[in-house]
Amino acid sequence: MELQTYLLLSAVTFIIGVVGVLARRNAIIVFMSIELMLNSVNLTLVAFSAYLGDVTGQMLVFFVMTVAAAEAAIGLAIIIALFRNKQTVNLDDINILKW
Amino acid sequence: MLTSNILSLTIFFPLVGVGALLAVKKDSVTAIKWIGFGTSLLTFLLSLALYFGFDPSVTEFQFREKAMWIEQLNISYFVGIDGLSLLLIVLTTFLTPLALLGTWDSISHRLKEYMMMMLVLEVGMVGVFAALDLFLFYIFWEAMLIPMYFIIGIWGGQERIYAAVKFFLFTLFGSLLMLVAILALGYYASTMPGGMFTTDLLALYDVGPRLALSVQTWMFLAFALSFAIKVPLFPLHTWLPDAHVQAPTAGSVILAGVLLKMGTYGLIRFCLPLFPDASFKFTPLLSVLAVIGIIYGALVAMVQTDIKKLVAYSSVSHLGFVVLGTFAMTEEGIQGAIIQMVNHGLSTGALFLLVGMIYDRAHTRMISDFGGLAKVMPVYATFFMIITLSSIGLPGLNGFVGEFLILLGSFKSGFLASYWYTVFAATGVIFAAVYMLWMYQRVMLGPVRSDGLYGGHKVSDLTRREIVVLVPIVLFVVWIGVYPNTLLSKTAPVAKQLVQSMESARQGGHTRVADVPQP
Amino acid sequence: MFSLAPAIVLFPLLGFLFLGLFGSRLNNERLIGIVGSGTVGLSFLVATAIFIEMLGLPPEQRKEIVQLFAWIGTFTGTSTSLSVSVGYQIDQLSILMTLIVTGVGFLIHVYSIGYMHGDPGFWRFFTYLNLFIFAMLNLVLADNFLLMFLGWEGVGLCSYLLIGFWYDRKFETGGYKPGTAYTGDAAKKAFIINRIGDFGFLLGMFLIYVQFESLNFDTVFGRAAVVNVGGEVMTWMTLLLFIGATGKSAQIPLFVWLPDAMAGPTPVSALIHAATMVTAGVYMVARCSILFALAPTTLQIIAVIGALTAIMAATIGLVQNDIKKVLAYSTVSQLGYMFLAMGVAAFGAGIFHVTTHAFFKALLFLGSGAVIHAMHEEQDIQKMGGLKKYMPTTYKTFLIGAIAIAGIPPFAGFFSKDEILWKAFSSDYGSVLLWAIGVLGAGITAFYMFRLTILTFEGEERFDHRHIHPHEAPRTMTIPLIVLAGLSIVGGFIGIPQSLMGGNALEQWLEPIFAPALSKLRVMPHHVEVTEYILMVLSVGIALAGIYGARLVYLRRQELSALWQQKYARIYNILWNKYYLDEVYDALFVRPTLRLSNSLLWKGVDVAVIDWMVNGTATAVAWCAFWVRRVQTGVAQMYATVLVGGIVVILFWLMIK
Repeated sequence: MELQTYLLLSAVTFIIGVVGVLARRNAIIVFMSIELMLNSVNLTLVAFSAYLGDVTGQMLVFFVMTVAAAEAAIGLAIIIALFRNKQTVNLDDINILKW
Repeated sequence: MLTSNILSLTIFFPLVGVGALLAVKKDSVTAIKWIGFGTSLLTFLLSLALYFGFDPSVTEFQFREKAMWIEQLNISYFVGIDGLSLLLIVLTTFLTPLALLGTWDSISHRLKEYMMMMLVLEVGMVGVFAALDLFLFYIFWEAMLIPMYFIIGIWGGQERIYAAVKFFLFTLFGSLLMLVAILALGYYASTMPGGMFTTDLLALYDVGPRLALSVQTWMFLAFALSFAIKVPLFPLHTWLPDAHVQAPTAGSVILAGVLLKMGTYGLIRFCLPLFPDASFKFTPLLSVLAVIGIIYGALVAMVQTDIKKLVAYSSVSHLGFVVLGTFAMTEEGIQGAIIQMVNHGLSTGALFLLVGMIYDRAHTRMISDFGGLAKVMPVYATFFMIITLSSIGLPGLNGFVGEFLILLGSFKSGFLASYWYTVFAATGVIFAAVYMLWMYQRVMLGPVRSDGLYGGHKVSDLTRREIVVLVPIVLFVVWIGVYPNTLLSKTAPVAKQLVQSMESARQGGHTRVADVPQP
Repeated sequence: MFSLAPAIVLFPLLGFLFLGLFGSRLNNERLIGIVGSGTVGLSFLVATAIFIEMLGLPPEQRKEIVQLFAWIGTFTGTSTSLSVSVGYQIDQLSILMTLIVTGVGFLIHVYSIGYMHGDPGFWRFFTYLNLFIFAMLNLVLADNFLLMFLGWEGVGLCSYLLIGFWYDRKFETGGYKPGTAYTGDAAKKAFIINRIGDFGFLLGMFLIYVQFESLNFDTVFGRAAVVNVGGEVMTWMTLLLFIGATGKSAQIPLFVWLPDAMAGPTPVSALIHAATMVTAGVYMVARCSILFALAPTTLQIIAVIGALTAIMAATIGLVQNDIKKVLAYSTVSQLGYMFLAMGVAAFGAGIFHVTTHAFFKALLFLGSGAVIHAMHEEQDIQKMGGLKKYMPTTYKTFLIGAIAIAGIPPFAGFFSKDEILWKAFSSDYGSVLLWAIGVLGAGITAFYMFRLTILTFEGEERFDHRHIHPHEAPRTMTIPLIVLAGLSIVGGFIGIPQSLMGGNALEQWLEPIFAPALSKLRVMPHHVEVTEYILMVLSVGIALAGIYGARLVYLRRQELSALWQQKYARIYNILWNKYYLDEVYDALFVRPTLRLSNSLLWKGVDVAVIDWMVNGTATAVAWCAFWVRRVQTGVAQMYATVLVGGIVVILFWLMIK
C-alpha cells in the first residue's frame, strides 16, 4: 500500500467531516463529523509515522485521542444542556449569538 | 520621608479616602459625606505644604520624585512642579472640598460611589498637573476621564447619557492622537545621536525643538488638537455646554474649574516648548480661533435661556483669552494666561456653585423663571454680584488682572504682529458685561414674582454652610484682584523661561536634525 | 502731611467695608448716616489740610507721589517687564479734584441722610456711596493709568449699582416709545455704554505701554515731553483715550446712558451724574494734556465733539418735561463745554468749569430732589408750579443755581463759561464757529434752565392738592443746599480773568500741570484785548435774552409754548425723541447683535453646523455598523463555512504563488 492511498482516504474522510460540520443541522451529527475530521487527521499521522519510521506521529495520535475523548464528554454535555434549554438540537434554531 | 514624598502624597492621598469609603456601609450618609469632604480638605492642606515650601526663585521643577517604572521603554514615574503646576494643583485641591461642601445635600442616589468618583477624579487631576513623564501624564489624563464620565452619566440631568458620551468621545478622540505623538516623540528621541527611547519630559525638551519642521507640525497638531478639545477652542467646544448643563453641580464646578485648564496647561507645558517652530507656524491660526472663541462664546452666551448654559458658553469666551495670552508668547501674555486660569477656576466654579444653590431650591435654571431674587435672597444676590463682577473683569477683582495682562501681552506681542487680535479680543470685555449683567438683571432685579414662588417653590436665603463655601472664594477673588503679585511672583520663572526659549528658537537657536527618518 | 494722602482714600473704603459687612444688622439710620458721611468728611479734612500745606509751598514742591504697594507686575526682571503699583499722586490738579469729590460728596452724603430716610435700603445706599467715593478718589489720585482705570471702572460699577438702587421700580423712558422700564435697564445701559468707552481707554493704555514702556504718569509724561507733535501713534492713542472719555463723560456718540441714569435716587444723580463721575473724562484729558498736546488732530476732534454735544444736549433739554431729565441734558451740555475747552487747549478753563459746575449742578440736582421729595416722587414739571410759596429755601437756592449755570455775573458759572468761550474764540485751536456754537448753546441753556425754574416754582399750582402737600425739606437737606448755593455764588472768584482785574488764581495754580502741554502747543499767555470785553458782553446779553425769553413764554404769554409746539411739530418731535439716537442704536447694534447671536451663531453655527457634524459622524458610524453587523447571523455553521472558505482561498493562493 502506498502512502498516497492513505492520504487520499484521509482527505476524503476529512472533507466528509467538513461537509458534515457545515451542512448538517443536527448538533449530534455535527459533533460526529468533528470526530471524523479528527480521526482523518489521526490516519494521516499514523501513515506518515509508518512511512518515515518515526514514532512521534503515533505519539501525537494518542494525544489527539485523549483530547477527543475529553472533548466528546464536554461536547455531549453541552449538547444535552442545550437540549434541556431549547428542546432542540437543530443548529439553525440556536442563533442567539448575534447582534 | 514625608518631605521628600510630599508631592506624591498629595496626588494619591484621596485614594485613602476611597479606601475608607469602601469600608463604610452605603447608607451611612453622614459618614460618607464627611470622609469625602475630610479627605479632600486634608489633600488641600497637603497642597498648602507644597505652596509654602515652593521656592519661586528657582526656575527648575521642584519636589521632584523619579522612579523607574517600565524599564524596557525607559518610562518612569516622574513628578515635579513649577509655578504653573503649583497654582493649578492648589486650585484643584481648593475647589474639590468646596464643591463637595457646596453640594452637601444635592446627591442622594448612590452617594458612596459618587464620593469615590470625586476622589478618584481628584487624583487624576492633580496627577496631570504634576506629571513630568509624558506616559505618566497620559495615564493620569485618561484616568481622570473615567470618573468624570460616570459623574455626568450617573448623577447628571435629563440628557446625561448623551452628554457623557459626547464628552468622553471628544476627549478620547484627541487624547489618542496625543498618545501616538507621545510614542513618536519617544521614538525620535532614540534617533538622536546617543539617544534612546524616552518619555521623560525634561529630556524631550531638548529633542522636540531639534526636529524638522514637518515632523514638528504633525506632532504639534496631535498634541494641540487634544488640548484644544479640552480647552475648548472654537469650533471644538460643543461638548462643553452639554456636559456642563447635564453634570451635577460639583461636576460642573470641577469641569469648569479644573478640567478645562488641562487644555491650556498642556499648551503651555507641552505644545510650545516641545515644538516651538510648529507653534510659530500655527500661532496665527490658534490666535484667530481664540479670538473667535472669545467673541463667539460671549455672543452665544448672551442669548441663552438656561443660566448654566450661559455660564458654560462664557467659559468658551474666557478660555479664549487664555489661549490668546499663551500664543502671544510674551511675559505678560503667559503670566496673564496662567493667572486667568486660576481666575476662571475661581469665578466660574463659584458661578456654578451659585447656580447649583438656586437649582436646589427652585429646581429650575431657566432665566425666565426668576426675577426679583435680590429681595428674597439678598445674601445670595450679593455673592452673585461679586462673582459676576469678577467674571466680567472689574479692576480690583481677580478677573481683571488676567484679562489685562493677556490683552497687554497680545498687544505688544511680536509673534502676533497685529493689533487687531487685541482689538477684537477686547470687545469680549464689553460683551461679557452685556451677557452677565443682563442675566443678573433678569434673575435678581425687578419685582418679586407675583406669587412669591420660584419654579413653584418657596426659596430662602443661603444657609450658613453655603456661605462658608462662598466666602473663601470671594476672599481669593478680592485678594488676587488687589494683590496678584502673590501668584504672579510664583509663575514668573515659568513665563520668563518659556518666553526666552521661544525667542531663541525663533532666532534659530536650535540645531536642526534634518535627516531624521520618517516613520 | 503729603504722606497722609492714602488716608484720603482709606476712610471711604473703611466706611464701605463697615457698612457693607454690618450695615444690614445695624438698623440705625443715625449711625449709618454718621459713618457714611463721616468717613467722607474725614477725607475732606485731610485733603484740606494737605491743600493748605500746599498753598504755603513753592509750586515745584507741590507734587508728591506716595507709593503703597506693588499691584500688578510680571516679576520677570527683564527690562520691559510690567510693574504697576498702587500709588497716589498729590499735585495741584489732583488735590483740586479731591477737594471737589470729598467736599461736594460730603454735602451730598449729609443730604442723603434726609433724602433716604425710611428707605429699607438705607444702609445699602450709604455703602454704595462710600464705595463710589473710594473709587472716585482712586481715579483722581492715581499715579498711573492702571490705578486710574480701577477708579474709572469702579465709579462705573457704583453708578450701575446706584442707578438700579430701587431695582423693583420702573421709570419713565420718555421719547419715541413713551413707556416705562425697570431701573435695572437703565443701570445696565449705563454700565455697558461705559464699557464701550472703557474698551477705548484700555486700548489707549496698551498703546501707551507699547510706546512709552510704562504706565506711570511721571514716566509716560516725561517720555512724551520729548516726542514730536503730530505722530500717527499719538493721534490713535489720544483718540482711544478720548473714546473712554466720551463714555464716562457722556459725549457724542455715547451720551445716551446719562439721561436714563436719572432713574437712580436724586442724590446719586447729583453726586455721580453731575458733580464728580461724569467729569472724570475731562479730568483724564487734563491729566494727559501732554499726550493730547502731541496730537492736534485729536484736539480738533475733541473740540468739535464737545461743541456739538453742548448744543445738541441743550436743544433736547428745551423740550423735556421731567425735572431730572432737563438737568441731565444740561449736564451733558455743560460737559460738552468742558471738552470744548480741552479741545482748544484751554485745559485750565476746562477744569475751572468742572469746579464751578460741580457746585451749581449738584445744587440744582439736590434742589430737584427736594422738590421730588415734596411732591411725592412726582417728576413731571407740568404737574408742578408755584412751589416757591411752600419751599422758599429750595426755591432760592435753585434760582441761584439757575443763574449760575446761565452765566450771569458774578455767579460762578459766568467766569468759567466765559473763559471757555473766550478761549474757543481766541485760541490757535479755536475758531469763530466753535465760539458761535458755544454762545448759542449758552443762550439755550439760560432759556431752558429758567423754563425749568418757572414751571417748577412759579406760576399757577398745577398739582393735585388733595394728594400732594408740598413742604420744605428737612434741615439735613437744606443745609447742603445753602452751602452749595454759597459756593455757586463765590466759586467763580477763584478764576477771575485778568481782563476783570483778577489774577486768574486757578489758572496759575494749575500752570505747572499744563505747562508742558502748552509749550508743546506753543500756546502763549494771552493779553487783554478789547474783543474779550465785547464777547463777554455779548454772551451775557444772550444769556439774559434767554432768561427773558423763558419768562415771556412760560410766565406772561403761556399760550406761546403750546402754539410753537404745534407750529414746529416736526422739530419738536425730533427734540422730544432725543434725535432718535436710542432708536438708531437699538436698530443698528442691539437688535442685530441679538438676532445674529440667537439665530445665526447659536442655533445656526453651534447647533446646526458643528453639532450636526459631530452627531452626523456618530450617526454615520452607527449606520455603517447597522449594515455591517448583518454578517453576524448567530448561526455558528455559517461562521464555519466562511472560515473554511477563507482557508480554501488562502491555500489556493499559496499553491498558485
